[in-house]
Amino acid sequence: MSLPATPTDFTLADARDAVATKKISSKELTTAFVKTIEGARTLNAFVTETPDIAMKMAQASDARIAKGEVRPLEGLPLAIKDLFCTKGVKTTAGSRILSNFIPPYESTVTQNLWNAGAVMLGKTNMDEFAMGSSNETSWFKPVVNPWRARNSNENLVPGGSSGGSAAAVSGNLCLAATGTDTGGSIRQPAAVTGTVGIKPTYGRCSRWGIVAFASSLDQAGPMTRTVRDAAILLRQMASVDPNDSTSVDIPVPDYEATLEDGVKGLRVGIPKEYRLDGAPPEIDALWQKGAEWLKAQGAEIVDVSLPHTKYALPAYYIVAPAEASSNLARYDGVRFGHRAEGVREITELYEKSRAEGFGAEVRRRILIGTYVLSAGYYDAYYARAQKLRTLIARDFRQAFEKCDVLLTPATPGPAFALGAKNSDPLSMYLNDVFTVTVNLAGLPGLAVPAGLTADGLPLGLQIIGKAFDEATVLRAGRSIETAAAFGAKPSKWWTA
Amino acid sequence: MSVDKDTVRRIARLARIALEEERVEPMVNELNGIFAWVEQLGEVNVEGVQPMTSAVDHKLKMREDKVTAGGDAKAITANAPLSEDNFFVVPKVVE
Repeated sequence: MSLPATPTDFTLADARDAVATKKISSKELTTAFVKTIEGARTLNAFVTETPDIAMKMAQASDARIAKGEVRPLEGLPLAIKDLFCTKGVKTTAGSRILSNFIPPYESTVTQNLWNAGAVMLGKTNMDEFAMGSSNETSWFKPVVNPWRARNSNENLVPGGSSGGSAAAVSGNLCLAATGTDTGGSIRQPAAVTGTVGIKPTYGRCSRWGIVAFASSLDQAGPMTRTVRDAAILLRQMASVDPNDSTSVDIPVPDYEATLEDGVKGLRVGIPKEYRLDGAPPEIDALWQKGAEWLKAQGAEIVDVSLPHTKYALPAYYIVAPAEASSNLARYDGVRFGHRAEGVREITELYEKSRAEGFGAEVRRRILIGTYVLSAGYYDAYYARAQKLRTLIARDFRQAFEKCDVLLTPATPGPAFALGAKNSDPLSMYLNDVFTVTVNLAGLPGLAVPAGLTADGLPLGLQIIGKAFDEATVLRAGRSIETAAAFGAKPSKWWTA
Repeated sequence: MSVDKDTVRRIARLARIALEEERVEPMVNELNGIFAWVEQLGEVNVEGVQPMTSAVDHKLKMREDKVTAGGDAKAITANAPLSEDNFFVVPKVVE
């Protein structure tokens, strides 16, 4: 292991080893990140910075290390998406309606991280209630992507909804971050910020204490700078939890142990339906390159078909809003959250509090969801969309008879300019065209940086695996990472 | 299928979201754009296909029917915009 010149350039794995062997203290490491975050407010990656909590946790970690008690993430500073409830620390979900909410309890995933010794740097910005692909729906203003096109000063979006986490990881404002993914909200921002993100199998991580969006699709996962870091963090985030009946009691493997096992003999499926008309040629070219990289390392490339792929996005835009309209019914201006002033009647209190508290995209999705679940329309919309899910999951099952993992592009294009896709909701929704299928089928998907566009912007590839086979997904991702040798970093223009 | 202004007013009411009159027409257009796109699901023959009820092959767990949490009114009302003596306060609902 070679130590980087600045502590904020550490990978999670290197920082872990350096802290455990006392080459650097958690206090030094944490101080470096706290200062870097202060100097990077232009990016707007954090809704809430928690430097005091971070320093306290770092000191506690250093005390443990002095006693020889080192837990798996001892003293390692992380950023937490503001969708995870953190006890005593404001948790907003990027919404005005929760802008003053201080949870009296801790989410299971974050509790797992603190139990493993991690240090909290703060809560990251995100699309409101995780509804968005650009971070522009946040009540707390958009996040700015650390990446800019070559010879350009134009601000770009970091993707979404976990855009604050992606920007924080990409800009070295933390060692790693948590994200959540309902239709691509980990993998799409990871891809457009040159970082790694994995959405694990549905049920791998507990959803307890994560502000709910669409409960049959939501999953938490790590966002990191390397595949190894994702393997380390996922192992600590995952658990079976009595508070989430959908969390699954399957042992969490040591993903890091099998990471370097290579892809020799692995069958990699290439689904032809992921070739889009009108997609930039760079996307197809990178995809092809990815297949060649894996083949050169001994994998067998297999053509497969997922015939219902084109129906995934429209099915998602029924299922997700339907579940959201139900989940978001709890925001009533009475028990917690924003309450409208000067109201004398209870229905008016609900209607005004919700109209003021929710942004345009969230209101739109609640209305879609209310409509498709309303009397007379349920069968035509929601039941039909759930049948499409069955067919999409069956497509994957049949493909996995012929291959072990699938290789696809992660996004239909690189990061775009702020405001570029705001006029038409459908053009924004299309950002998730390659990621959303995985959520509908409950499968694990990993985005890994694989190249740059001609303008110097990062692009990612996606590895999709069988249910609960994250180990193989990470191993294949590691092979892409090795071959791509993606060493590019954004220039730190925001510190000037 | 498409929605009209009355339908949008009705679903906004069902969703308990106030919608100003000048926002009704634009919302009709936005929703119809999305519903027109979703219509393509109608092409697929779904006869005999069971709707998905669980994303992974997993049987829901049962647990003993007993109280495991709660009873902390102070914590529960701590985030209420308006509360009195551990009660939530709402506008008068009974005359």
